[in-house]
Amino acid sequence: MNAATIRDGYNFAYLDEQTKRMIRRALLKAIAIPGYQVPFGGREMPMPYGWGTGGIQLTAAVIGQDDVLKVIDQGADDTTNAVSIRTFFKDLTGVKTTEKTREATLIQTRHRIPEVPLQADQILIYQVPIPEPLRFIEPSEVETRKMHALEDYGVMHVKLYEDIARYGSIATTYAYPVRVNGRYIMDPSPIPKFDNPKMDRIPALQLFGAGREKRIYAVPPYTEVLSLDFLDHPFEIQRWDETCAICGSDHSFLDEVIMDDQGTRSYICSDTDYCSQRVQQEAVA
Amino acid sequence: MISQEPLLQVKNLTKLYAPEKGCEAIDFELYPGEVLGIVGESGSGKSTLLNCLSGRLIPTAGEICYRNRDNQWLNLYALSEFERRRLLRTEWGMVHQHARDGLRMGVSAGANIGERLMAVGERHYGDIRARGLQWMQDVELDIHRIDDKPTTYSGGMQQRLQIARNLVTHPRLVFMDEPTGGLDVSVQARLLDLLRNLVTHLDLAVVIVTHDLAVARLLAERLVVMRHGHIVESGLTDQVLDDPQQPYTQLLVSSVLTP
Amino acid sequence: MYVAVKGGEQAISQAHKLLAKRRRGDTAVTELSVEQINEQLPLAVDRVMTEGSIYDRELAALAIKQSAGDLVEAIFLLRAYRTTLSRLYTTDPIDTGKMQVERRISATFKDLPGGQVLGATFDYTHRLLDFKLLAEGPIETGQSASEQTSDNPADSDPLLMSRVLPMLEREALLVEEIDDGAPPADITQDAPSYPCDRSARLQSLVRGDEGFLLALGYSTQRGYGRNHPFAGEIRFGDVELCLTPDELGFTIEIGTLQVTECEMINGFSRLPEGEIKFTRGYGLAFGQSERKCMAMALVDRALQADSYDEERTSPAQQEEFVLSHCDNVEASGFVSHLKLPHYVDFQAELELLRRLQNKKSVVSTSQEKPA
Repeated sequence: MNAATIRDGYNFAYLDEQTKRMIRRALLKAIAIPGYQVPFGGREMPMPYGWGTGGIQLTAAVIGQDDVLKVIDQGADDTTNAVSIRTFFKDLTGVKTTEKTREATLIQTRHRIPEVPLQADQILIYQVPIPEPLRFIEPSEVETRKMHALEDYGVMHVKLYEDIARYGSIATTYAYPVRVNGRYIMDPSPIPKFDNPKMDRIPALQLFGAGREKRIYAVPPYTEVLSLDFLDHPFEIQRWDETCAICGSDHSFLDEVIMDDQGTRSYICSDTDYCSQRVQQEAVA
Repeated sequence: MISQEPLLQVKNLTKLYAPEKGCEAIDFELYPGEVLGIVGESGSGKSTLLNCLSGRLIPTAGEICYRNRDNQWLNLYALSEFERRRLLRTEWGMVHQHARDGLRMGVSAGANIGERLMAVGERHYGDIRARGLQWMQDVELDIHRIDDKPTTYSGGMQQRLQIARNLVTHPRLVFMDEPTGGLDVSVQARLLDLLRNLVTHLDLAVVIVTHDLAVARLLAERLVVMRHGHIVESGLTDQVLDDPQQPYTQLLVSSVLTP
Repeated sequence: MYVAVKGGEQAISQAHKLLAKRRRGDTAVTELSVEQINEQLPLAVDRVMTEGSIYDRELAALAIKQSAGDLVEAIFLLRAYRTTLSRLYTTDPIDTGKMQVERRISATFKDLPGGQVLGATFDYTHRLLDFKLLAEGPIETGQSASEQTSDNPADSDPLLMSRVLPMLEREALLVEEIDDGAPPADITQDAPSYPCDRSARLQSLVRGDEGFLLALGYSTQRGYGRNHPFAGEIRFGDVELCLTPDELGFTIEIGTLQVTECEMINGFSRLPEGEIKFTRGYGLAFGQSERKCMAMALVDRALQADSYDEERTSPAQQEEFVLSHCDNVEASGFVSHLKLPHYVDFQAELELLRRLQNKKSVVSTSQEKPA
């Protein structure tokens, strides 16, 4: 990469080096205490809050000239927000970008974990809207910080109990709370609970950035991530009776698309790279 | 019934907001299975004392020692907040005057009872629910209302639920702050009856704060009379109420119409 | 010797002259025309029309010019003018399902009939100041962009598209909005009474201040009255406005309106009948007013707390609080009235405080004396 590929007047990856160092220091702390939310001096970014400013700041802080960047939103590389963020980093770093999960060294994601298992040399960066898993039970930050400090987590199961009492089963389908390394309760960001098992003891480093709420947290490689549940109502992931209309997959997360005004539905892989890799392999075979 | 070694020892406990406001130089002991009443007018310092005893208000001087299930003596305010909170949701209980302070009004009765179980690691929904139902029965609540929110309960029912929510982890020591305050007389009588049975049945030690001498007489074995932040008289309930020694206690007792 | 100010009349007339001068700015710079405001500040015009409750781009643009860009003042001007208009007819309800769509997005389905049509939007722009706009000159214009996921080719013609939420209604996955046929309330004719019905509530929200509703909507997302929203559909375009006068007995089209509509799909709930369905919130505004519409839909849903047996613990769920404070003409009027003279009341307080202080100093001196 050379400086000429970067937009005039801007530093490599938009943020100044001081800010990047500040973020990296917060990241080190986050990695040292898995699942703990580290406050950081989040900056205004040229995208609106809630559109991935936390993830973008993390990516900006860790990206180097040799990195290969993949950006997905809802699992897809071609969704508007993914396109927008990828373009931003292309403009401001000149690094190589890819749609292939296996080729990427950095993957910034909103709402999904790729279907292909991640490797030791990869970093997955999650965009997080609300980092506090206790927020919807206890709105006060003062109180939730104390609850985390004292491991006072009984209320999390109260929520699950209420679900079962009301609906017969746990009714949380995304942003399903997890316990990290046997200690902190963590919000995995609004990924479907389908993806929760993919966080558990994986070789890749997982970083989480919440821009508006100014929090960073992390799951180091090979760290235990368990989804909360009851012994007699164990954690389960979503399943579909249908298969992907493009690649025929019967084990990936499927998006529902509406085909006509009568509401005819079809299902396709949410992970577009996974889907097209399968189609290519099929063609070769 | 009362064993040799106390459960709770209070030594020179002081928390003053101003001279004679709060409590000062309080000493007493509480034995397993014993019910101690703290009586006095409003402003006498009995609520401050209860808040200090139940781990919710740090005293300025003195200490509170508690002998736990493993027979170890714990100095309440030398414990970390983590240990103190744990004690509060396992071996101790707290019944508030206003159910709103002691219940989660936004979740069902069953969840209210189950919360303490879940907080100490109970992870079997069926068991938690079964124990919720059992406790609803024990405090004479309609088990068909286990999924209703406390907001739909009457005042007396809310107090019963609060009691069940506390007793579900089988605490050894329960603090009660005017548990029958604000209830109709007939509802009060039934609740007192229930409390008395539970206390005997479960061999609970109780510290109960009340301004109502009738409640004290019915529940407490021993009484502590407070005035201006100090204990002015203490002893067996019948003794204190039938033969008060101090002028203030005499005044207090005589101001109540005898039935 | 000081003489108390009289000459109020003269002062006011001087102030108005200064205001006119201030509004005009440097006369060496060309004067801004109402037409320019209408054409080049269309989103400001849209907001003023919505909260000012008149659909008239020219009048709204005039109000913006007259108020020197103070939009709350412009809304006030439009409302004041609205009062003078006589009501001749009530139009038929608009049908947003027949909208000529310029922009339509759904955050709940990746693809759907008609596709995702981005249209003109700030979304996905990188907020980097474009210094090219400092220089005057022609700028490139594009055609309305439809997302690549769409089956429809990019195409600048407005489109007819069926609404998203009825598809969920048909599968009984979403609570239905049912027209009970009752005549809607008219909050401009009758004083509010709480709790008020849905039509009165929605009318108040449409006229409500965008910033206030935005903050309330945001607070629900942060946990103060959370309602698990998904932007089921946001659409913007032209709808026909029709009238069926009694004396004619048939419907005539009298023009078109530009409106933005937001239908929010919210977390599911068990209904009194026992079924479990998604719930919903609704937002509508004149012109392209997406932020307003979305905030309105969030607050509309928050205000339905009672219907779904939810605890009303947060500001956004308090109907009386929200509706009685959301109107910026009322709010701005009452806050600004503090600038009016309050000499008399203040004098009364001043006198009392002095008296109390004197009394206290008398008491304390008398106490000190023996020492």
